[in-house]
Amino acid sequence: MPKAFLERFEKEVSIDAYGAYKLDASLILQALHVLYQNDGYTFLVDMTAIDYLHQPSALRRFAIVYLLRDRLFSNVITLKIDVDETLAIDSIASLFKSANWAEREIWDQYGIHFKNHPNLKRILNHKEFIGHPLRKDYPITQGQLCHKSDDLMDEMTPRLKRKGIESHDALMFLNLGPAHPASHGTIRTFVALESETIRCAISEIGYLHRGFEKSCENHTYNQIIPYTDRLNYCSAILNNIAFAHAVEGILGIELPDRAQFIRVIIGELSRMIDHLVCLAAILVDMGALTNYWYLYNPRESVYDLLSKLTGARLTNSYMRIGGMSHDLYEGFEHDLHVCLKAIDTGVGDTLTLIEHNRIFHDRTQNVGIISQEEAINRSLSGPNLRACGVAYDLRVNAPYYHYESFDFDMALGSVGDVYDRIMVRFEEIRQSKRIIEQAMKRLPQGAVCVADRSISLPPKHEVYGNIEGLMNQFKLVFEGVKVPPSESYRAIEGANGELGFFIVSDGSPKPYKVKVRPPCFYAMAAYPSIIEGGMIADAILSLGSLNIIAGELDR
Amino acid sequence: MFDTAVIIETVVKAVIVVAVIAALAGFATFIERKVLAFMQRRLGPMHVGPYGLLQLAADGIKLFTKEDIIPQNAIKPIFMIAPVIAATTAFVAMAAVPYFPEFTLFGYTIHPIISDINVALLYVMGVASVGIYGPLLAGMSSANKWSLLGAARAVVQMLSFEVVSGLSVLAPIMMIGSLSLIDINDAQTGGIGDWLIWKQPLAFVLFAIAGFMETNRAPFDTVEFEAEIVAGYATEYSGMRWGLFFIGEYANMITISVLVSIIFMGGYNAFWFIPGGLMMLLKVSFWIFLFLWVRAAWPHVRPDQLMWVCWKVLMPLSVVNIVITGFALL
Repeated sequence: MPKAFLERFEKEVSIDAYGAYKLDASLILQALHVLYQNDGYTFLVDMTAIDYLHQPSALRRFAIVYLLRDRLFSNVITLKIDVDETLAIDSIASLFKSANWAEREIWDQYGIHFKNHPNLKRILNHKEFIGHPLRKDYPITQGQLCHKSDDLMDEMTPRLKRKGIESHDALMFLNLGPAHPASHGTIRTFVALESETIRCAISEIGYLHRGFEKSCENHTYNQIIPYTDRLNYCSAILNNIAFAHAVEGILGIELPDRAQFIRVIIGELSRMIDHLVCLAAILVDMGALTNYWYLYNPRESVYDLLSKLTGARLTNSYMRIGGMSHDLYEGFEHDLHVCLKAIDTGVGDTLTLIEHNRIFHDRTQNVGIISQEEAINRSLSGPNLRACGVAYDLRVNAPYYHYESFDFDMALGSVGDVYDRIMVRFEEIRQSKRIIEQAMKRLPQGAVCVADRSISLPPKHEVYGNIEGLMNQFKLVFEGVKVPPSESYRAIEGANGELGFFIVSDGSPKPYKVKVRPPCFYAMAAYPSIIEGGMIADAILSLGSLNIIAGELDR
Repeated sequence: MFDTAVIIETVVKAVIVVAVIAALAGFATFIERKVLAFMQRRLGPMHVGPYGLLQLAADGIKLFTKEDIIPQNAIKPIFMIAPVIAATTAFVAMAAVPYFPEFTLFGYTIHPIISDINVALLYVMGVASVGIYGPLLAGMSSANKWSLLGAARAVVQMLSFEVVSGLSVLAPIMMIGSLSLIDINDAQTGGIGDWLIWKQPLAFVLFAIAGFMETNRAPFDTVEFEAEIVAGYATEYSGMRWGLFFIGEYANMITISVLVSIIFMGGYNAFWFIPGGLMMLLKVSFWIFLFLWVRAAWPHVRPDQLMWVCWKVLMPLSVVNIVITGFALL
């Protein structure tokens, strides 16, 4: 409970039907100051807007939602303010650096103006784009063709000025990306170089923006699951779980134990392969080419297992609202054992090659440092934040799926450099293995879906055997799962960090609004400040170590 | 004094050296792929010919028939000539390198060296440093920022390491008193114990490190490391022009291997029952293998770290080595 905040704003604050603190828009900056300084809510989880156009009961059309965590990271509070006709509110970028990009996204998607924002321009959509696509009156099918690329000098010149560089004569401007061998997808970083030292950097994202959140509003909850696969495609199952988990939270259902354990096992397996991809890629970027195969071959064996289990290698779509599509297959345990052993060997071999290698140490240690305070203020999460020494892991701080009953360690770094981020991931692979082994031992028998027939499909023998089963299946597939009205945020520990979904439901089978909190969005926002002062070679490693996945970043 | 026979002999030798080394350079690419593959738990080229042996021919045909693209803004003549410089210097450097002991064919004694000049070592290193113009001109004429960065890296690094390789090889020269590679070889006739590597271990290590740098091999492959600067000076090159850079690089690798073998590892002297020619081949193969092994095992260094190593570690060490050698000789 934010005590100081509630005392200070006793009269102004009200609590709405879904547990959010409602506040007048003019008070937001003060309120956040109090929350930040007196109550210790120093971590801005996410920010988004809601367009109430089709909900006539709402007084104002737009509302802004702030999600905050306190120092223990276990409590999330929601702050909500209504936006008046001027469609302008105060920017909080002065307090939370992470709000800079978050507010740009809201401006881009909803057209809400933030006063005193340092650089309010579009971020996901193209600069020539007309309109604001997440508004309810923007037609979902209306595409726009935009050609002109942004030279980014409108950001570069002031930023250089702030650093005291007036003349551009000694600088070379260079685009690292969007099509650069080490940009891992389509991410553009525009840098001003002095010889090879990066004096100033600006990132431009959105090259892979495909309107995930808009598409969600047009699909039933279970139809969205395949879309979530494509967010962080290196660990598709974790995205499935995160989305299903958020919806199940609104439905207020608890999964059968077997389903929870399977989610833990498959989720941790996904976390392992996500880390393998990240580590393999960064080692290739460093020129340690051999490690790529040492780490990718075991990943292939995991993909073999996943394709056997789910029918797909990369985009598994294994989870459903209220459980998963089917149970584990016979012989799964053996296959899992083979995979874990392969990963163990691969990780061990890689570590023998690099762990005591002087070149590796020189390249990674004290490179791309981000301090604890800075990292929290910029809303980094997951391995990137833990590498700075912040003990924040949702599996520990806010356990779900019986994580509190597993014996595993949280891997923490001390400096927050590239080396720490790499080593934290290596350690997390080991810890995930421990969790999987414990979960396999304790895996109970039983159903893998909730028994509620308005949520999960009936067994096939009922569908083919009697009319009720058939009707049930028909209704669920055609109409979808009806989710009661709510506005709620729920997150799990994704491979990259806190992966949460803020869902606004209105009782229909389709969500009114979905906002994903992609962990790399905030990591990417921090990226330019991390690489400034370093060299090109360091920038490449920093990008790799933050594990930016364009699918999740650009949505 | 030039009689026709000498001219004919020299031309024949030159043609043979160029043909054999070019073929070996091509073959080295195949060996590289195979060796790396086995170290990396994969198969390497397998589909063209038995064990992928004909991949070599396929790659060659591809390189020769590919379109030669010249960017619109590039400075055309320089852009076109740069790869030729890189390849030519790599081959010209070999003129003063002896590969085998002399042998008799049809009653005619053949010296397997194109020209036994008395400043052979100086010549080889001199020509090799002219080779810097290849990457430099390529990078500056390409009208591409990545090429420019690659060229800058290439020149800075090669120039710096020229100093190290020059200084490090000075100590053995002082001991032997000749710059001719044949003399250096003949000074080590007494079996393994006579190899210069035992008398000049530091010079050997320094020269080997400089060799890795000058051939742009890992871990000093910063000049065209794709994760950082795309393909460095070769970014805009395609087809055979790119192929010339490639062959030049492998030819350099062979030259360095030959040089190290001659200067420090007893050259082409016979050992026990193994004839000298075979010894030379074994030594060169070992060095090529070492180049590949290092590439498979180590990450790359950063350019500024490379400079640090060069000027603050290797250069002082090589000077100290010269001083010590000087005192020892006194």
